[in-house]
Amino acid sequence: MGRSWGRGGAKAFAVLSAPLCLGQGTSPRPGNIFAPASTPAEMIYGVSVFVLVITGIIFLAVFGLLVYAAVKYRRREGDDAREPAQVYGSDQLELAWTVIPVIIVLVLFIASARVIHQVQDADMPAGTVQVTVIGHQFWWEFRYPKLGIITANELHVPLSGTQNPRPTLLKLLSADTDHSFWVPRLAGKTDLIPNHPNEMWIDPRIEGMFLGQCAQYCGVQHAKMLLRVYVDTPEKFDEWVAAQKRPAAAAPPAGESAAAGRRLFETTACVACHRVAGTRAFGRVGPDLTHLMSRATLASGAAENTPADLRQWIEKPDSIKPGSLMPAMNLSAKELDEVTAYLLTLH
Amino acid sequence: MSSESMPIAGAGNLPGAARRVWLETLHEWLITVDHKKLGLMYIGYALFFLVVGGIEATIIRIQLAVPHAHFVSPEVFNRMFTMHGTTMIFFVAMPVLFGFANYLVPLMIGARDMAFPRLNAFSFWMTAFGGLLLYFSFLGGDGLYGAGSAPDVGWWAYAPLTSKAFSRGHSTDYWTVSLLASGFGTIGTAVNLVATILSMRCRGMTLGKMPLLAWLNLVMSGMLLFTITPLTAAQIMLMVDRYLDGHFFDTHAGGSAAIWMHFFWIFGHPEVYVLIIPCFAFVSEIVPVFSRKPIFGYPVMVAATVAIGGVSMSVWAHHMYTIGMTSYENAFFVLTTLAVGVPTGIKIFNWLGTMWGGKIRYAPPMMFCLGFLFQFLIAGLTGIMLGSAPFDWQLGNSYFVVAHFHYVIVGGILFALFAAFYYWYPKMTGRMLNDTLGKWHFWVFLIGFHLTFDFMHIPGLLGMPRRIYTYEPGRGWAIWNMIATIGVAFQIAGILIFVFNLVHSYFRGRVAGDDPWDAWTLEWATSSPPAACNFAVLPEVRSRRPLWDLKHPEDPDWKYE
Ligand code: HEC
Ligand code: HEM
Ligand SMILES: [Cu+2]
Ligand SMILES: [Cu+2]
Repeated sequence: MGRSWGRGGAKAFAVLSAPLCLGQGTSPRPGNIFAPASTPAEMIYGVSVFVLVITGIIFLAVFGLLVYAAVKYRRREGDDAREPAQVYGSDQLELAWTVIPVIIVLVLFIASARVIHQVQDADMPAGTVQVTVIGHQFWWEFRYPKLGIITANELHVPLSGTQNPRPTLLKLLSADTDHSFWVPRLAGKTDLIPNHPNEMWIDPRIEGMFLGQCAQYCGVQHAKMLLRVYVDTPEKFDEWVAAQKRPAAAAPPAGESAAAGRRLFETTACVACHRVAGTRAFGRVGPDLTHLMSRATLASGAAENTPADLRQWIEKPDSIKPGSLMPAMNLSAKELDEVTAYLLTLH
Repeated sequence: MSSESMPIAGAGNLPGAARRVWLETLHEWLITVDHKKLGLMYIGYALFFLVVGGIEATIIRIQLAVPHAHFVSPEVFNRMFTMHGTTMIFFVAMPVLFGFANYLVPLMIGARDMAFPRLNAFSFWMTAFGGLLLYFSFLGGDGLYGAGSAPDVGWWAYAPLTSKAFSRGHSTDYWTVSLLASGFGTIGTAVNLVATILSMRCRGMTLGKMPLLAWLNLVMSGMLLFTITPLTAAQIMLMVDRYLDGHFFDTHAGGSAAIWMHFFWIFGHPEVYVLIIPCFAFVSEIVPVFSRKPIFGYPVMVAATVAIGGVSMSVWAHHMYTIGMTSYENAFFVLTTLAVGVPTGIKIFNWLGTMWGGKIRYAPPMMFCLGFLFQFLIAGLTGIMLGSAPFDWQLGNSYFVVAHFHYVIVGGILFALFAAFYYWYPKMTGRMLNDTLGKWHFWVFLIGFHLTFDFMHIPGLLGMPRRIYTYEPGRGWAIWNMIATIGVAFQIAGILIFVFNLVHSYFRGRVAGDDPWDAWTLEWATSSPPAACNFAVLPEVRSRRPLWDLKHPEDPDWKYE
């Protein structure tokens, strides 16, 4: 079983990984690849520890020999000027240091191939949640085709128990350039390549929020293409699904600034790029805003989702994420307040 | 062979060394076809770009020292890492290695020049033109962000970021055309080296008696002939895409982004071995001389090099483990990638075997070689980790990869190059580099290197991707990035000492004499610097260490070989 070496080597490895744990206390670093929370990450962890232990042993052996030779055979004060014995080689030694590495390579190969197979060729049980992930410059679109949900930047998936596994299968597409989906504690990365659909899966075992980000250079704002995965208990996940399925918040009562905001939103270019389900906004260039307020961050993690940040984002996206593909719309202060008030109703 | 035919005392300075006005000197260098002058020009050119690339690296590291830094804009940052990578690989590492090959190969095989001296000059000027063209993009790039922008697509220039849709203006074209131009230069040099090594060896020097340096450069050149071709083809396809509406890599029209990756890495992986093999060559020449023993297992070293050259052609897709290949494809590339580790390991053991039982003298060349050995060992082992596809799904495109390849390129290649500088500078200039400065250079640079690149592995393990211009606080990355940036200051100090040493010793250095290291290969049999014709009388050899035979007539090598 792939994981068993991992467990064995893990103790030895704890020493090697000490620097990773500095100041870490009980909560592991958000992106630590050695703190897996889902099967693919755990299988990778297992083989990684195995590879680390083997390479660690090789390192100690060769390093030791090098230091020994470098110190022992140095020229010393008072050495005579004679040349040392001229040795040209040794067939036995050459054979030894060919055969032993060959064996090590085969062992590492088998260990790796096994995990490759386990991760890539796994069968998904019925009840697997399916999500289509579409990479955009510089944000993530998440579509749940079976649930009829469209959202952005913050992925919600259910907790997957050992008793009743409920993995999530991610279908990876790209709308423009290459991107890569990487949430280290859940799985290795897989690229989103236009015209080249990929797949990966996760089955998170721990509830909570996991950080990740785009790991393939995709243009100016590659750095701020962050990614959050919320792992919810089944009940909370169902609640979230139900909330996302609801149409957009009811139109704000006329006369309030939110109503003016909505009118403004629907009569400016916003609607060309954004969708708010059930309204005249059905653009697809930018994130779906139907339930904008259900998200904790804005613009792929570039800012907190607070009224102030939201207003600043609409006023001048470049001040938060220079080079993002949302233009500044040159709204007046009053208009900004109104549009912000409207967006704040999108729960 | 009679010992009289071995011009140990050197050919002496031929007439014509009278004082000339500098214009004439310049003219002479510009039109030269002499392999030594061209070699030095390659080296000088590469050192210049080393400084340029180093400045770019410093900008990158300052920006990353703390989270949310505003030292440069994302646009500038992206240009910096693209230019840094492209410059360091194509306009520093390759030219400096070609420079040494040019300078040393004819001397070490007892020839008067390269096989095709004019092609040699042509190659140099093509390479030089390529580099200047690339940098002209800062003035004329007119890329995504208006006039005056350099390429910003990364040194792999993955499709479709390079298509007209995402890269308007000409910055990508500068990148493409400059690599095309220097690529022609590279092919010229490769052809020249192969021809020289195969047909210009002095009497008695069979292939089996060639210095390892010549063997390794032969393998390197052979690899270049196979690997530059796909790069050139891909560049031409990219140009066709951009200007003639071809659809090779245009994903919106059904083209394939993955095809570009394959083309690039079929070039790109062997390329990294093209860079390291000549460095293996330096180490294989220097370690024996400073251990006072012949290289351990010469035939195995040759075989291992040929094996590395061959196998490394079949491993390219280990740079693409995350693009969604099938499990069988991934497994295949794991096997081939790990297999390269075997001949590579053999080399390390043979160098160890060479040191074993020797009397090691720790002058700067040997110190840098030892640094190379330790660091290359670690780099090879992190390479094995990356070679295991599952591990790479986590580590790929993270700072761990950046640390891995800088370990090879700085810890390995650059250290071996410094060793080569200290070792052959006396031959090239007639003067020794200063020993004390050399030791300072070694220690200061060593500290800087380890501060920067040891700690750089850690943010990768903690999820930090590469090519990001900034990052959030609170992810555990900041401290390691800060340490890495501090290391840069030491590296800069080390380089300054080195450059000072190069200049100072040129005028004030101790006069070297022909054979300051008591070495064994032919370049030490002629004067320092060698006369234009290299050898007044062409030498003749009977073993791999002709000068050993000469110095130890009672116990010559040829009795054993
Ligand atoms: C040209 C298309 C375009 C127009 C017009 C546009 N946006 Fe955007 N918008 C985007 C894109 C693209 C993003 C994602 C930016 C990123 O994360 O890099 C975005 C992001 C956002 C976000 C953050 C969404 C999230 O989930 O984090 C909000 C809010 C937003 N836009 C509101 C507006 C408003 C209000 C208007 C009109 C005043 C507007 N946008 C006009 C393209 C557009
Ligand atoms: C035993 C030897 C080695 C092995 C097994 C190995 C393995 C690897 C692997 C698997 C990667 C891909 C990582 C990724 O992108 O996900 C990689 C990257 C790289 N390696 Fe090595 N490597 C070895 C030696 C070398 C040498 C000798 C060099 C250079 C001279 C080198 C230079 C590089 C470079 C430049 C990259 C990164 C390219 C990029 O992403 O920009 N490696 N190596
Ligand atoms: Cu990206
Ligand atoms: Cu490679």
